[in-house]
Amino acid sequence: MMSSVKIKTNIVIVALLLLFSVPAQAAGGGDFKQVNINVHDKSALQRGAVLFVNNCLSCHAASYMRYSRLGEDLGLSEDQVRETFLPANAKIGDTMTVSMTAEEATAWFGNKAPDLSVVGRSKGANWLNAYLTSFYQDENGEWNNTVFPDLVMPHVFWEQQGIQKAIFKDEEDAHGYTHKVFSHFETVSEGSQSAEEYQRTIHDLVTYLIYMGEPARIQRESMGIWVLLFLAMFTLVAYMLKVEYWKDIH
Amino acid sequence: MAKPASNLKKHGLELFNWFDKRLPISDFWDAHLAGYYAPKNFNFWYFFGSLAMLILVMQIVTGIFLTMHYKPSAEEAFASVEYIMRDVQWGWLIRYMHTTGASLFFVVIYLHMFRGLMYGSYRKPRELVWIFGMLIYVLLMAEAFLGYILPWGQMSYWGAQVIVSLFGAIPKFGGLLTEWIRGDFFIADATLNRFFALHVIAVPLMLLMLVVLHLSALHQVGSNNPDGIEIKDKKGADGIPLDGIPFHPYYTVKDIFGVGVFLFIFAFIIFFSPELGGLFLEHDNFVPADPMVTPIHIKPVWYFTPFYAILRAIPDKLAGVVIMFAAIVMLFLLPWLDRSPVRSMRYKGWINKFLMIMFAVAFIRLGMLGMAEGTIAETYESRVWTFVYFAFFALLWFFSKHEKTKPLPERVSK
Repeated sequence: MMSSVKIKTNIVIVALLLLFSVPAQAAGGGDFKQVNINVHDKSALQRGAVLFVNNCLSCHAASYMRYSRLGEDLGLSEDQVRETFLPANAKIGDTMTVSMTAEEATAWFGNKAPDLSVVGRSKGANWLNAYLTSFYQDENGEWNNTVFPDLVMPHVFWEQQGIQKAIFKDEEDAHGYTHKVFSHFETVSEGSQSAEEYQRTIHDLVTYLIYMGEPARIQRESMGIWVLLFLAMFTLVAYMLKVEYWKDIH
Repeated sequence: MAKPASNLKKHGLELFNWFDKRLPISDFWDAHLAGYYAPKNFNFWYFFGSLAMLILVMQIVTGIFLTMHYKPSAEEAFASVEYIMRDVQWGWLIRYMHTTGASLFFVVIYLHMFRGLMYGSYRKPRELVWIFGMLIYVLLMAEAFLGYILPWGQMSYWGAQVIVSLFGAIPKFGGLLTEWIRGDFFIADATLNRFFALHVIAVPLMLLMLVVLHLSALHQVGSNNPDGIEIKDKKGADGIPLDGIPFHPYYTVKDIFGVGVFLFIFAFIIFFSPELGGLFLEHDNFVPADPMVTPIHIKPVWYFTPFYAILRAIPDKLAGVVIMFAAIVMLFLLPWLDRSPVRSMRYKGWINKFLMIMFAVAFIRLGMLGMAEGTIAETYESRVWTFVYFAFFALLWFFSKHEKTKPLPERVSK
């Protein structure tokens, strides 16, 4: 009798789980290529940090990120940080600010470049990777981007990637209207890096951006395993204690 | 021959007795733990009460540490949260415990409520236990909403904008009321400040008082069990229920095991997936609040989405707000809507079981639709499930009385 109740309960639970597993349409992220990021890869982080400081930091600030933290997490000495990253007259404990004022930025680009401290968290690795590989030159010779159309930012890495143009195709929707849909890129001129090399460059940069979004991630992931091991042991002992106490309950 | 007790032990006992004569320490212990007899057949579903208590304590403790570093001002809030995440020692851990705790609080509470629904734990004489529990749930939603504005990200700002504007649907006083709630003509520094005050002191105080009432009412009438029969009806010669066992040590040790399992899941999320793919910490909330830029897709955190789906399913704003609040009010009425001669769904007929399952399905499905973007097809589906949600209460009222039930056992089943 009880087993039939149990079976029914299990059926209910399985049914609920199935319902839960219907893909949530709102998961977001779009259809961007999946990139795997390993924030424990110190050399990728170091290369990414150099790319970030040399290319992004002239316009974008990362005003929650301290140079000293960068050194600690990337395994660099204070002197190395000073030499490679620190701008003149900045202190090691300073955050990554830009010298460009908001007024200057507005005058040159139309608005202030967003702070990139937590862009790794708001946009995610897949988006960043797609964005940084999707710059193209349009018919007027202006920079554009298929992931972020009509953006203000120029293609910073064009010398490395080279120049590509976007090919659009017409596609008919369910209502019979035709839309221009992005099809693929065609290379206009080669850059200093091959396609694979450029993909690696961007991967390094994205790894750094993800790390910078949450520097504690390095700590928490390596610590987490020990916490879970402890809790597994604790739960096992707690279970044995429960069984021991409940021996006299019939 | 037993060794004489050491002086230390003797003095310790004397000290304890001194206090016990002046404070009901052992009386409390006996009444609520060692001498509180709970049914011996509690199953998996009975872990969630103690887990909710654990989370409440964790939220308060981590919350205290967060307030030490958080700055409730529109200018500084976002930066102070990042300061906690980066520069405060263990700040990231404290914050993740708080954010993960908030979401798991709702997981635990929803399972706890579903337990009550399955086994008829709200039925006479436990109506007040249920009412106090429901009030805790409503306050918890208020607490979660108020807390969500504090990081001052885009979703904090626009989520608050949407929720506060709901009060604007009230005829005549709507505009005045929303202005009074916000303390400004739009969500602003003043709003953040007052929400902070409510989040850290007003609502938690009320929550704690209600938890005391919830447990007092429970211990007055005794716990229900999966069979829904009264263990107090069958007492031994010593006046102790035959199917009752002292809460301590039996359920304390059992609950410690439950705590272990819970903490394992809790720690897994904190250390390996604190955002839980955007469910627990939303991506858009890592963008600082900007009153000039409306996000394309505003949605509340997952635990509000069933009600959000109901709101969006109704074309008229005022009607939507009324029906959304009615969805919560209906839950309060459960003790009187359920008129079955038995409490537990184990002894109810298939119609009542089916109704309960459909209710759970509607709630989960509405939750998923509330997260979605709100296409026309999704809105229609939300309407269907909204109907199912409310139909449950009407059909429960009828079929609980008019369906044949199975015979109740004499004693609880093992």
